[in-house]
Amino acid sequence: MSGNMNLTLKVWRQKNNKTRGKFVTYNANGISPDMSFLEMLDVVNEDLVRKGEDPIHFDHDCREGICGMCSLHINGRPHGPNQLTTTCQLHMRSFHDGQTIVIEPWRAAAFPVIKDLAVDRTAFDRIQQAGGYVNVNTGGVPDANSIPIPKAVSDEAFESATCIGCGACVAACKNSSAMLFVSAKVSQYALLPQGQTERYSRAQAMVNQMDAEGFGSCTNTGACEAECPVGIKLTNIARLNREYFTAKLFKEEEVH
Amino acid sequence: MNKSKPLLSSTLGKKLIMSLTGLFLCTFLIVHLIGNLQLFYNDQGKAFNDYAHFMTHFTPIKVVSYLLYTSIVIHAVYALVITIHNKKARPIGYAVYRGSANSAWNSRNMGLLGTVLLVFIVTHMSNFWWKYHNDAVPYIEYRTNLATHETTATELIAGEYTGYVKYVDNDFEILKAKDLYKQVQFAFQNWILVAFYVIAMGALSFHLIHGFKSAFQTLGWDHKKYAPIIRFIGIWLFGVVIPIGFAAMPLYFYFSN
Repeated sequence: MSGNMNLTLKVWRQKNNKTRGKFVTYNANGISPDMSFLEMLDVVNEDLVRKGEDPIHFDHDCREGICGMCSLHINGRPHGPNQLTTTCQLHMRSFHDGQTIVIEPWRAAAFPVIKDLAVDRTAFDRIQQAGGYVNVNTGGVPDANSIPIPKAVSDEAFESATCIGCGACVAACKNSSAMLFVSAKVSQYALLPQGQTERYSRAQAMVNQMDAEGFGSCTNTGACEAECPVGIKLTNIARLNREYFTAKLFKEEEVH
Repeated sequence: MNKSKPLLSSTLGKKLIMSLTGLFLCTFLIVHLIGNLQLFYNDQGKAFNDYAHFMTHFTPIKVVSYLLYTSIVIHAVYALVITIHNKKARPIGYAVYRGSANSAWNSRNMGLLGTVLLVFIVTHMSNFWWKYHNDAVPYIEYRTNLATHETTATELIAGEYTGYVKYVDNDFEILKAKDLYKQVQFAFQNWILVAFYVIAMGALSFHLIHGFKSAFQTLGWDHKKYAPIIRFIGIWLFGVVIPIGFAAMPLYFYFSN
């Protein structure tokens, strides 16, 4: 057990959305530095189950850093202290023995707490349903290079499509703004020919839904970009602004 | 896809207003600084007082100035509306929030910096604009010998003479104008006011280092070629040259007397 760490956790516990939550302190002893952050919580939970207590609820799924399910605001930052990392890919070697770790859920009116650290991120689903799709029948697999798209453009669209919808951008933003998420989703279609038909109505519909969900507005602090686990760029937000203002000011036929 | 709402009811539309009014106020700063550099002329305030009369009486400039006052009000009111909305978006805050790890302090405190600037604008306008327009700022007479370019200045007693005149009489140019220069000299004898002006210009610097580039991002004007130019202008012109230029004025008058 040499090299293992003993940690103090301050975890947000909240029964449900109707009740008030509070911090509860737990000791996590004998934690291997090779464990992921979620595995560390698993160890703590096993202990809680053995004692007959309610385990800490937190979101997780693939544990490979690609699903966007894990969240957690760790010591004041979404997904913890490392850049370009989801919580499942955050290892305990990023912390030191004896450290106190404060774990909170994403804080946003649009992301209500379900229980403890798990928050309801269906607001993102509703934004996606408002316009994040292509309505035309794309048919079967087309021949390679039958639709000419410059490499730089397809790369950019692919980078935007990398967004895993985890909500770290909202969690990091001082205004709980969802602009980075929405802009990535709008960009991935705006850049490609298949997305052109509904290009401008999409930008309007998704922004409309974003506002209806109660997210804040963008102050361009860049916190979202710095905390995004997959490196979605601020240029997407500028593109969303362009798409939206173009739709509103210059595309009369596209305004509903 | 859903029905869309009017532009200004959206968060993006409100930011567009912030961006456009903010950039307009930035252009004003350039003009205001260049004009006020005349305070540094060693001419007993002749050029500055003549300029002050022109700026307050030339109709196109008067129109722009009312547009300017409106922009200040709109910028402040929208900032308040947006801030209230943003606070509602996070009703329960974090116990630990390390904003410094992912963003610049000034970008997260534009409201605080803006509030300092609003207090400054009210102070500044009541000190000079209000007094110039309403109080009896005494007149001064300048007699310039057109051959030797020597100027003599005579203060006219308050209330005894009013009315701007500029004419040539027997190789002498006569200018009678409100002596705003003297009001500037007088106001900046107060070290508290001077300190406040310098602090406010510090706030202006931090506000614009973020605000200028942020305005272009909000407009969607983001381009590999132009973004570095915008950042450069934001930092060096609006973050350094303009605030230092303005802060130099109260300091100059305080230390030169």
